[in-house]
Amino acid sequence: MSGYATLFVQAALVENLALSFFLGMCMFLAVSARVETALGMGLAVLVVQSITLPVNNLIHRYLLAEGALSWAGLPDVDLSFLALICFIGVIAAMVQILEMVLERYFPAIHQGLGIYLPLVTVNCAILGGSLFMVERHYSFGESVVYGVGSGFGWALAIAVLAGVREKLKYSDVPAGLQGTGITFIAVGLIALSFMAFSGLQIG
Amino acid sequence: MKTSLKQVFFNPLVNDNPITLQILGLCSALAVTKTLATALIMSLAVTSVITLSNASISLIRHHMPRQVRLIVQITIIASLVIVVDQLLKAYAFEISKQLSVFVGLIVTNCIVMGRAEAFAMRNGVWRSVLDGFGNGLGYSWILILVGSIRELFGAGTLLSIEILPTLSSGGWYQPAALMHLPPSAFLIIGFLIWGIRAWKSEQAESSEFQARPTSSSEVAR
Repeated sequence: MSGYATLFVQAALVENLALSFFLGMCMFLAVSARVETALGMGLAVLVVQSITLPVNNLIHRYLLAEGALSWAGLPDVDLSFLALICFIGVIAAMVQILEMVLERYFPAIHQGLGIYLPLVTVNCAILGGSLFMVERHYSFGESVVYGVGSGFGWALAIAVLAGVREKLKYSDVPAGLQGTGITFIAVGLIALSFMAFSGLQIG
Repeated sequence: MKTSLKQVFFNPLVNDNPITLQILGLCSALAVTKTLATALIMSLAVTSVITLSNASISLIRHHMPRQVRLIVQITIIASLVIVVDQLLKAYAFEISKQLSVFVGLIVTNCIVMGRAEAFAMRNGVWRSVLDGFGNGLGYSWILILVGSIRELFGAGTLLSIEILPTLSSGGWYQPAALMHLPPSAFLIIGFLIWGIRAWKSEQAESSEFQARPTSSSEVAR
């Protein structure tokens, strides 16, 4: 159990996808002007990440990895070069299904998340999470924890940045640094403060 | 009115730079700039993917139904990225290990999708190739600049050749450890944007709130 707890903390804080791997940056900067929209986006990433990572884990384990097709009598087949195209397909399909389910059964949540869900498909944090999962050989249980943890970390990071940016509006920033420039520097400083978590372990 | 071929090629370099103005494709730009070598390889990979994807999407643009265009585009891009990934694994294995997942992430790099959607869908093949190549170069020079700064000041080397002899190897230079950490990439790009916008002031964004000038009565108080 303590292994999972450490993995969660590591995924959420120490190896934060947004702040130490720069994943999902385009959206991280674009949707973080207000706390409300940032929270919506963060939630969408958290949900999609926790669903797609375990699914991709199963697909990789039973269809793509070297020798994975031995249950079908094809022990020598290695389809791992197809991982990229499969993962992006799974992500797009999952987002689509999630959107339909939410629209049908939870219209209130769909209203709130509506515009963010399609954007999540092209968020590199999601695809990056799946690729890291393959690179680090996570088991199924670990992939569930990693999915929830990294999604939570991303949501936390974008919420923090949005909070900082809302305050920044009132400060007197030099003309050329206005908007994008100062946001970059703010993210840099937030990332520096997140480095304080490195080495953190539980259990 | 159509812009000239020269403009199509040169605009993305500074005036319409994908990173500093359009703020696209940042994930990889920031993550692979720790050393100059990875930045160079990454630029090469992205430039070739974007040029080829623009070319092929522009070739089939009249035969593509509008409803399925996104999925067609992403399939083309993903196939090109797989080719690049396999090539790197075959001929530059060490570097491809360092780049880890970031070659794969070119698939979701918004520059590639963005140029396919915004330019290659509406323009001829030759113009699209030029536009893709120009955007690739605009992306590359930022990457290479950030990569050189981080490697030079973080380790005192460029392409692993010693420029500033560090203390640990008997020289005089104390490496700035900050440059090796992820946050430095944000700070460098932030200041780079400042520099470019100070030079091309029309790119600067206006402030949302204007500070009220301090009146003399307040100063006296």
